[in-house]
Amino acid sequence: MPKIDRSSGLSWRKHTTKKELTIWLYWLIGLSIVTYAWNLISEKTIWFFVQDAGTQAIDIGSRMVPPKLSYMDKLWQPVWDTINIATIGTIIALIIAVPVAFAAAKNTTPHPLIRTIALFIIVSSRSVNSLIWALILVFICGPGIFAGTIAIGLRSIGFCAKLLYEAIEEIDHNQVEAIQATGASRAQQMLYGIVPQVLPTFAGVGVYRWDINIRESTILGLVGAGGIGLQLNGSINTLAWTQVSMILLVILGTVIISEWISAKVRHAII
Amino acid sequence: MMDRSGAITYPMTWKKPPYIKNGSIRRSIYFFSALYLAAAFGTMDVNWTRVAEGLPRAERFLDAFFPPNFADNRGVVWDGIQESIWMAIISTVAGILLSVPIGLGAARNLAPKYIYLVNRAIIALSRTFPEIILAIFAVKLFGFGPFAGFIALSIGTIGFYAKLLAEDIENMSEDQAEAIKATGASWFQWINYAIQPQVMPRMIGLSVYRLDINFRESAVVGIVGGGGIGATLNTAFDRYEFDTAAAILLIIIGIVMCLEYVSGFLRNRVQ
Amino acid sequence: MLRIEDLNKKYPTGDEALKDVKLEVPKGQVMALIGPSGAGKSTLIRCVNRLVEPTKGKVFLGDLELTELSRWKLRQARRRMGMIFQEYALVERLTVMENVLSGRLGYVGFWRSWFRRFPGEDVREAYRLLDRVGLMEMADKRADELSGGQRQRVGICRALIQNPDLLLVDEPTASLDPKTSRQIMRLINELCDERSLAAIINIHDVLLAQMFSKRIVGLEQGSIVYDGPPEDLTPEVLTRIYGEENWEATIGKVEEENEEEDSTISKAAS
Repeated sequence: MPKIDRSSGLSWRKHTTKKELTIWLYWLIGLSIVTYAWNLISEKTIWFFVQDAGTQAIDIGSRMVPPKLSYMDKLWQPVWDTINIATIGTIIALIIAVPVAFAAAKNTTPHPLIRTIALFIIVSSRSVNSLIWALILVFICGPGIFAGTIAIGLRSIGFCAKLLYEAIEEIDHNQVEAIQATGASRAQQMLYGIVPQVLPTFAGVGVYRWDINIRESTILGLVGAGGIGLQLNGSINTLAWTQVSMILLVILGTVIISEWISAKVRHAII
Repeated sequence: MMDRSGAITYPMTWKKPPYIKNGSIRRSIYFFSALYLAAAFGTMDVNWTRVAEGLPRAERFLDAFFPPNFADNRGVVWDGIQESIWMAIISTVAGILLSVPIGLGAARNLAPKYIYLVNRAIIALSRTFPEIILAIFAVKLFGFGPFAGFIALSIGTIGFYAKLLAEDIENMSEDQAEAIKATGASWFQWINYAIQPQVMPRMIGLSVYRLDINFRESAVVGIVGGGGIGATLNTAFDRYEFDTAAAILLIIIGIVMCLEYVSGFLRNRVQ
Repeated sequence: MLRIEDLNKKYPTGDEALKDVKLEVPKGQVMALIGPSGAGKSTLIRCVNRLVEPTKGKVFLGDLELTELSRWKLRQARRRMGMIFQEYALVERLTVMENVLSGRLGYVGFWRSWFRRFPGEDVREAYRLLDRVGLMEMADKRADELSGGQRQRVGICRALIQNPDLLLVDEPTASLDPKTSRQIMRLINELCDERSLAAIINIHDVLLAQMFSKRIVGLEQGSIVYDGPPEDLTPEVLTRIYGEENWEATIGKVEEENEEEDSTISKAAS
């Protein structure tokens, strides 16, 4: 609250004394949390290694150049797999995310109980990192692309459904009301009143998530779920640094291209 | 549309015009999409017998959730969770502190061309690689433990936060910025009065959102040795202790839900 | 045609939007409903097709009691009532043709509407209506490419393709400029004449109401305070509806513009 202190002549302060004190208190709490966290982490750190990091970095860096270009022959297949994991995973996620989103949006949910279940599906899918999903799925259905694809799909359901249901809740209700007034059924109201309004969001979210998934699927190989991460892990473990730098370059290239495609497509939609 | 008697007759059919108007482009998009999907599914070599074998395993895994085992390994799990939380907090704070100057430098309307390019390059580099890959290298350089995870997550935060900050500044209202500039304010005053109030609410919301992301990521950097609950989770899987794994997963979900609630609450407060 | 008996509406917030409203609209009559914003005009017409559920009272369409219909029966009854909206309420991302055809949704099944396979008769009627309002060329345009007046004409087509007995018109001119407003009001009146439709037109513009309808009903705080011909709208009556204000100017102007309007019409006729 702005306050005008008339007793002491002309002075203006943004906050009252009480508010100022609360703000300082928040700062104090924040600062002590950070200090505590830092102490805890530094306790578990071997500082000798950290001091040595600079020389290590130079050492590894020098071993990484030049990238082993000939290794590319062995990378085409993993790159192709990585892209497929991301694409098919995204398609699976979108197919499942649509009904979940309609069940989770306040204005389209058939029942509050179903809404709670849908929201729970969204949260649990979002909270668990795709690498953890991959860990679980590799255990269940064996190593390979299949586990990776399903992992990406499961992780993306929550993300897509969340953005989609928020879009559904924010639609212009007048358009739906107009369709309702014609005597259309509930399903037709969704089809004519809601779907056209959220379709651009749906496409945008799909492409956006695909872009993220390309990035995420590059690491799934670390736990055996297919893609280029497997080669990365192997090369690091065998200290083949020129291969590592080649792989990093390939990942960089893939990510840049996918980001470019995603930006182009989203631009075309909107 | 006139018939012989002179009355107007109207067509009885109507087709929705296609979304992509150009016929050949439309058909080639359909064709190549179909071709790609066929190839992608064709080369996805799935070992169905292995997948079928996995079903009982999936059942065992699901069984572990009823009930999850919070009791055994309680000490280890608690340590891991704590480490994850602190790691997430401190890497968010450090990442944001570093992001502010980088974000300011990467805004086209604030920074001179060469500073802009340098900062954009930093952002692009830290965005490209997933946190896990950053963590692998951090572990190589700094040794096992949460410090490596902290470094990896901080770098990841820069790529996220500085980019959004820069974009927000680029999209801000020029009028307000000009008005403050016209009063003869210094550069820092200008940032403080014209830019900060415009970008602050969104940035506070985003920092809680990033805290949420960092916590989720801190649960996996442990898999490559970067500290946090991920290592515990990985061990639980390796030892087939699914009830413990289930407990860890539920704890992660619970904390993420709390963070989401807090971020929603904070965003409502500041906007 | 339409008979409203002791209609009450109380919102959960405690606001009493309608208090014992009694009203009868015979076949072929175009009735204007005037009143200040918040008087309950919008609630009243939405209680007729039950987009808003009335709290108490009965509404009859012919012999059919609308207020006791089941959900499914209500949908069938809604097909007999066309509605025109304030902000046009077109589904903006659909084509003009789809918007017009959406008026037939109550008559076609879900899958036909999904594939946009409307019966040939409906399509022909849609073209005929579009031609009638002068938008034949716009059929394949997206609704958000049209101007305000054009959009409202599409809204009128959507209501008329239902082949209704009654038109419910909610502030049709609120977002239009004065000239377009008159054109739209004239169009609605002509179409009602052609099909001898009953209509309730909510309108906040007293001038337009006087100009275009034979019967005016004034609503104030949920109760009817005036029901009669436009000529009897004296300053006293307007004060009763809207509150104290100098009304002489408004009324004086009405007659002037009425003459002007008449002269243009007769000019056009001759």
